[in-house]
Amino acid sequence: MSHIVTGTFDSHCALRGFTPGGNTGSDLDAPTESLPPPRVDFQSPNAGRCVVRLSGDWTVKSTGRPHPAPDANLSSNSTVAFDLNDVSDWDSALLAWLLELLIVLDQRSIRYQMETLPGGVRRSLELARAVPERTDTPPHGETSGWLARVGLGAQRGWTATKHIAEFVGDCTLAMTSLVRGRAQFRRADLLLFMQEAGAEALPINLLISFLVGLILAFVGAVQLQQFGASIYVANLVAIAMVREMGCIMAGIIMCGRTGAAYAAQLGTMKVNQEIDAFRTFLFNPIDFLVMPRMLALFLMMPILTLFANLAGIAGGVLIGIGMLDLTWLEYWHQTVHALTFKHCAAGFMKSFVFGLIVAISGCYNGMRCPNNAAGVGQATTTAVVAGITSIVIADAVFAVLFNIFKF
Amino acid sequence: MADQPHIELKNVDLAYGDFVVMRDVSARVARGQVFVIMGGSGCGKSTLLWNMIGLQTPAKGDILYDGKSFLQADDAERESMERKFGVLFQGGGLWSSMTLAENISLPLQEHTQLADDEIRRIVRLKLALVGLKGFEDFYPSEVSGGMMKRAGLARAMALDPEILFFDEPSAGLDPITSRRLDELILSLRDNLGTTVVMVTHELDSIFAVADQAIFLDNASRTVKATGNPRDLLRDTKDPAVREFLTRGGQKEPAKAI
Repeated sequence: MSHIVTGTFDSHCALRGFTPGGNTGSDLDAPTESLPPPRVDFQSPNAGRCVVRLSGDWTVKSTGRPHPAPDANLSSNSTVAFDLNDVSDWDSALLAWLLELLIVLDQRSIRYQMETLPGGVRRSLELARAVPERTDTPPHGETSGWLARVGLGAQRGWTATKHIAEFVGDCTLAMTSLVRGRAQFRRADLLLFMQEAGAEALPINLLISFLVGLILAFVGAVQLQQFGASIYVANLVAIAMVREMGCIMAGIIMCGRTGAAYAAQLGTMKVNQEIDAFRTFLFNPIDFLVMPRMLALFLMMPILTLFANLAGIAGGVLIGIGMLDLTWLEYWHQTVHALTFKHCAAGFMKSFVFGLIVAISGCYNGMRCPNNAAGVGQATTTAVVAGITSIVIADAVFAVLFNIFKF
Repeated sequence: MADQPHIELKNVDLAYGDFVVMRDVSARVARGQVFVIMGGSGCGKSTLLWNMIGLQTPAKGDILYDGKSFLQADDAERESMERKFGVLFQGGGLWSSMTLAENISLPLQEHTQLADDEIRRIVRLKLALVGLKGFEDFYPSEVSGGMMKRAGLARAMALDPEILFFDEPSAGLDPITSRRLDELILSLRDNLGTTVVMVTHELDSIFAVADQAIFLDNASRTVKATGNPRDLLRDTKDPAVREFLTRGGQKEPAKAI
């Protein structure tokens, strides 16, 4: 056992039974019951004088430490001395207890004789009390009261809204300079991000969309079979996938996959001062870091959606042919017949928007991440939650708009 | 122009929101001087540096470069001022997705018209200057913390800046590398006339390189002393400054010099 604070005792006040090395090796597993319990006695041999007599084992392994409150009827004009001769072993546990006792004594303005403590204990305590507590530290923690919390929450919400608006504005400016051909990022970065958000994300997209198509077809099949209308499973799957599920599933998958990655990447870069470094070299971090990511998602999302649609329809085919005994030709014919240009255009349009939403959510949260590890985790969580929520809300808005404009 | 300070801080207040970290910081730094910002941990040394390079904005006061206000400058003026800065971050601040060579060549590619092989030659030179010859193709994650810092210095010097800002350059470096860094700083000052602004609390380094220093005091949140650290050590009456410069009174003033 090693002491957290090495107890060195002056020879004239060596403690009885104290072994300098403490318990070693084999004693690590020794049951704590075998240690003499820590005890304290407040003795007043005469008025105006109190002796705090400690005994037993005062280490972190010992249990049942008494509360460091001196006798309540100890008057403020008495002097406290310490007697640690019966302490068999001690470490930080004793120091922590004594430190608290001294605070109590100070509060009640009771004098005490530090010199009656053994040298090692005294010096450690003096070290702990050497630097006074800072009282002018910045305000920390929030005032309670629900009204205050509601107000602060509203203020934070408003600030966040302004920040997001600012970020989207910056992105728009960067986009303008990109269109004008004054892009400031490296082409290799864009290609890398396109690969990450495209080809590498394809398998998971195909799998999920295939299963979604399969589930849709299965649920539809059970209902439609009752009316002898099994062939309409093809319509159901095709329209649902192309118009809604394909782009939504791709959006959600990309949000959890790529949006989270962007938030974590940019957040870590911020913690490492890499983003500050970009600023000092007059590189606009939005141009340099956000634009290639946003562009990659904007370009890849429609392609992923296209593949998701196909995989979903393939899932429908599997049910149609395997469970409903439809033929290839029937299913194909029905699907082509069901899909109009409007359905395809609606899904395609949404996929661009969802790509932007995922990129903005990921990059915004990454760029505004607090400078610590917990902040990066938080930024990633927020990026995914906000991204998925925004996708679903945007989809609802689209549904209403399409309905109004009879699209 | 001769007595025009290269950098001038005029009654700058540093704050985070409503919380004022440091009040009324003023200093004049001549061209080609090494200016050290010293003080205990958490007293706002780095914050002052961030304010000087424009990553933060002071709550009050003004910062002037060559007599021109940095804070009131329009975007173009400000950009031309910032173009003359080179910054070494505390942890190096290297771009982790690029090799050391790419880290140094990127600013050169973006801000100069140099041909690729010229850029490569400059990158090799800068890495050699900080003792990292042969590490061109390593990623920051593949080298040690001290090497990252040195590579960060090479990057800060990439565009031959007029002012170099160092945030705790010798923290985490071994004594020998740390001394080499001091020598490098002095040679930059002497040979290229670079002005150096350095945040540090490394006493050896302060006495070795500083032409001028300010001491930020944590307790009073003001500048407690300004001047050459050797003179400060000899003349100061302020206990906080004396304690800092003598490592809490351990060193005899005479010996420290």
